[in-house]
Amino acid sequence: MTVVETRAPAAAAPRLVDLFEAGLRSPICLTWELTYACNLSCVHCLSSSGRRDPRELSTDECLRVVDELEAMQVFYVNVGGGEPTVRGDFWEIVDYATSHHVGVKFSTNGVRITPGVARRLAGSDYVDVQISLDGATADVNDAVRGPGSFATAVTAMDRLAEAGVTGFKVSVVATRHNIGQLDAFKILADRYAATLRITRLRPSGRGADSWDDLHPLPGQQRELYDWLVANGEGVLTGDSFFHLAAYGQSLPGLNVCGAGRVVCLIDPVGDVYACPFAIHDAFRAGSVRDPGGFTDVWRTSDVFADLRRPQTGGACSGCSAFGTCRGGCMAAKFFTGLPLDGPDPECVKGHGEAALAAVVSSRGTPGSVPVPKPDQDHSHRTGPAGGGPRPDLRSRPVPVIIGRSAPSAARAVSACEDDPLAGFSSGAQPPA
Amino acid sequence: MDAATPPFDLDAAWRLHPQVSVRPEPFGALLYHFGTRRLSFLKDATLTRVVTALGDEPDARSACGTAGLPDPAPAAVTDALATLAGTGMIVRRDPL
Repeated sequence: MTVVETRAPAAAAPRLVDLFEAGLRSPICLTWELTYACNLSCVHCLSSSGRRDPRELSTDECLRVVDELEAMQVFYVNVGGGEPTVRGDFWEIVDYATSHHVGVKFSTNGVRITPGVARRLAGSDYVDVQISLDGATADVNDAVRGPGSFATAVTAMDRLAEAGVTGFKVSVVATRHNIGQLDAFKILADRYAATLRITRLRPSGRGADSWDDLHPLPGQQRELYDWLVANGEGVLTGDSFFHLAAYGQSLPGLNVCGAGRVVCLIDPVGDVYACPFAIHDAFRAGSVRDPGGFTDVWRTSDVFADLRRPQTGGACSGCSAFGTCRGGCMAAKFFTGLPLDGPDPECVKGHGEAALAAVVSSRGTPGSVPVPKPDQDHSHRTGPAGGGPRPDLRSRPVPVIIGRSAPSAARAVSACEDDPLAGFSSGAQPPA
Repeated sequence: MDAATPPFDLDAAWRLHPQVSVRPEPFGALLYHFGTRRLSFLKDATLTRVVTALGDEPDARSACGTAGLPDPAPAAVTDALATLAGTGMIVRRDPL
């Protein structure tokens, strides 16, 4: 996020970080996932998306959420999913939001970016599009996002360029397999006059299962940090790498975990979570369907009140880097079984590795706490009913896995399993 | 303040850019520019009063007076206004 700090000469003006830790009257922005339906089955999907959930918000409910966001002066929403554009009412919701002073930035794998959609985007001042791409080449990308997904994304970017859309974002999740392609990503984005956005892989959703094999190695973290510092504000990071600040200088943007303080997530069924990477009951603050709506959830929920209390730092409080890193990412800790007041699993000082080793060695011993599992699983089921064994992700190169998932307690009901994407057939060209 | 930011003209007439929204917060206000997608934080109430008064006063000096500041306004205030002007959050307008 581009941030400008302006202040008058108040005595000892507070740092932004401190203002934010107490929370704001409304989120600065929030992530709104419109559907769990997706044509892809990315192995690191943070929301375990695949099949639509029959409880998803109706069109009318979505428009009422926009009304609330307008009243709260939430300036923009980051719309995602799943693949949000497969909702039949996607453009109705987008148009309603932008005509009610809520800007829209949406993430897509490109599947519905037809030439007509590209022209429509070229004519809109208040809609930004972000194309997800996790490899600068088809082999690296498709190993994570599925066969054909690189071609789909490139086709979408070509169409955006042909329609005259510039300044769209190319959004990359940094992994062990694409850190070596950072320059190639930049060249690719530059070729489209697009902006590169690189964000951190979290062990959330299906990412819990692929994290061990995808997250950058310690040496790669340093490579990533140096590259981000060298590229400065020309590359966006979603402010997601503040744990790397412990290497030295902070990266541009807001270097603070905004979960429940300045950002949050509204999921497809209207549940409100502290952040998009924390879809778990422990971080569920309420629902937009509750009597007080989203406004009451944001302003009065106990979960958010807890997050807004001053953080002590716990095991990290004695660390020289705590002032900048602030213990790293809450979701990364939670889904790797680490205590929330201790080091990040990818702590650049190496404290995370020791903590993770302690979790692993205590597994199965009396009194050990199991690593929390993501609460939702809407993954495609192409395997036998009841789920087969999970494929071993430890082999190289990373195998492509489409919709193989163990059953979980919270899966979509059978009514929508057969055809989560009505009208969409995998591999077909989107309609012109 | 950036060395390249020109000094702020307190005697000119200013206003918020028409694409800028102001959201009050306990510490001051948040500004969002829908055109540039930039966010600005006004980290205290006095500066917030100055900025929101700009459009109603003949010049920025009067807006500072309305907000209770001495004349001339402290350099930190004019620096902040210069930053806002430099990022297009506030713009010159015709005198009232």
